[in-house]
Amino acid sequence: MSLSAPVAAEPPPVRVAGSYRRMASLFFANRLAVTGLVILALLLVFCFLGPLLHHTDQTHTNLSAANLSLGTGGHLLGTDDVGHDVLGRLMVGGQTSLEIGVAAGLLATLIGTVWGAISGYAGGWVDALMMRVVDAGIAIPALFLLLVTATILRPTVPVQILIIGCVSWLVPARLVRAEALSLRSRDYVQAMKAMGGSHRRAVFRHIIPNAIGTVVVNATFQVADAILLIAYVSFLGLGVPPPKTDWGGMLSKGISYTYDGYWWLIFPAGVAIVLVVCAFNAIGDGLRDSFEVRLEGR
Amino acid sequence: MTRFLLKRIGQAVVVIFFVTVIVFLLLHSVPGGPAHGILGPKASPQAIAEFNREHGFDKSLVQQYWAYLSELFHGDLGESYTLNQSVASLIGQRIPKTLVLTGLSTLVALVVAIPLGVWQARRRKGLADYAVTTVVFVGYATPVFFLALVLVIVFTQKTQLLPPQAPQTQSIGGLFADSRALILPVLAGAIATIAAFSRYMRSAVLDNLAEDYVRTARAKGASERRVVWLHIMRNSLTPIVAMLGYYLPVLFSGALVIESVFNYPGMGLLFWNAAQTSDYPILLGAVLVIALATVIGSLLADIVQALIDPRVRGTIK
Repeated sequence: MSLSAPVAAEPPPVRVAGSYRRMASLFFANRLAVTGLVILALLLVFCFLGPLLHHTDQTHTNLSAANLSLGTGGHLLGTDDVGHDVLGRLMVGGQTSLEIGVAAGLLATLIGTVWGAISGYAGGWVDALMMRVVDAGIAIPALFLLLVTATILRPTVPVQILIIGCVSWLVPARLVRAEALSLRSRDYVQAMKAMGGSHRRAVFRHIIPNAIGTVVVNATFQVADAILLIAYVSFLGLGVPPPKTDWGGMLSKGISYTYDGYWWLIFPAGVAIVLVVCAFNAIGDGLRDSFEVRLEGR
Repeated sequence: MTRFLLKRIGQAVVVIFFVTVIVFLLLHSVPGGPAHGILGPKASPQAIAEFNREHGFDKSLVQQYWAYLSELFHGDLGESYTLNQSVASLIGQRIPKTLVLTGLSTLVALVVAIPLGVWQARRRKGLADYAVTTVVFVGYATPVFFLALVLVIVFTQKTQLLPPQAPQTQSIGGLFADSRALILPVLAGAIATIAAFSRYMRSAVLDNLAEDYVRTARAKGASERRVVWLHIMRNSLTPIVAMLGYYLPVLFSGALVIESVFNYPGMGLLFWNAAQTSDYPILLGAVLVIALATVIGSLLADIVQALIDPRVRGTIK
């Protein structure tokens, strides 16, 4: 194996590099996708580097400085009902939203990819059974399931990542299964099997790598969905426990002050959620288009 | 068709079996179990053991699952911990109101989204198409609760045109009697659905525009209007029907959020209140009812689709 592998591996890198370069140029020619990428980069800088420039106390409450309007006392975006600086809180809350969203989205994609690849590769009754489990999962709305689990377990960040990952892998499972179904009858998979390759090798070395386009595109949509899901759970009052917060949780607190006109408790967090979800969806759309063109070119 | 029906119904039965297993296991992972919920946190270990023996909670998991299934068959979803009522009757009272809310907002959404999708597809890559696409893109990324709050701010706080609360009533008639208060909840639900369905409709119409039958109809001299609104429209509705069945969980999730924002007395609010008080029989009863509704909804959607479009019968595995 050590002798044959490098030889066999030699031609593909050239082609792969070429096609990836073509894909990248297609992606960067897509204005929507590039806008999404720029917005995401700016949000990441804002949330993770922002606190280095804009020092705020997000753990202690200061009721004497509660609900200050914009610009009062050096608070650019005002303060919330316990005196936290809203701009600083937006950064810290964004960290939680992004961390949970990205980690849970990737976890969901991972579970779904493996499940779907095995199901599609196995075929027959194993496939039928595995897909009925997916149907059952899809029938139970994730938001309802998350609220139930949030009442059972204390919803800390790792717990949220784990739960969201475990309830939202169903769509990638379906997509990858469809790909695996067509990939498993390809000549190279059959050839590998004839040479005595294991099922495990077929799934992990051939099926999944060849379905990578679907997987990558879906991962970005998964992250967008996970960010929305965590926002919903926090908005309904069952998100990460204080003093930590996330964008959905910030908005949830603002709702009590709608009639006081404290709009800065609602709009910044709401707009941030919309921006980040739009950014991930735009990147996903761009990736999908460039993957499709790349595959057509083969 | 019979073969298709049998196969599809068989699938639905297996899915329902898995759903009941998932809900049963969740019910089992509840801290303290039902004894804790009904007897209260201060119950003595003896009292809990006694309770468990009486209700069969000391039996094996499989035996308990069978007991759970047979209760389900008799329409018994257990008793609420906090509301002193059976879960089945609580859900029975609330579900019609939620159906009114989701039904109305889906209807409004379809009335807007279907023509919008067709209109957009005909102006593909035009300025208007891009503009609508952008709005839909943003709408799709906007959480329902943020949208609902913006509506509340605009229509009740800034302009005082509409009441901020949903109708507070026990009866269905009362909902319609106070119809002005229904507008905001229905609108909040509709906007999110419009974003999704105008998108499906647009791509369905685009697919159909390239079909041979469109060329044939045009060649036969059918007016463009007739081609689009009669031929293409009918064929493009098939995927929309199929999507509606699968869209039920999304609609229910939307209802959960909207009901908690507008204090709308439906199943979502019941569920949300139960989550605050850890009333597990209600939580899992509601999850089960929604899951069953979704399985049956998507089964019906597939059957309707197979009736409209014979090609579908062969493709569903």
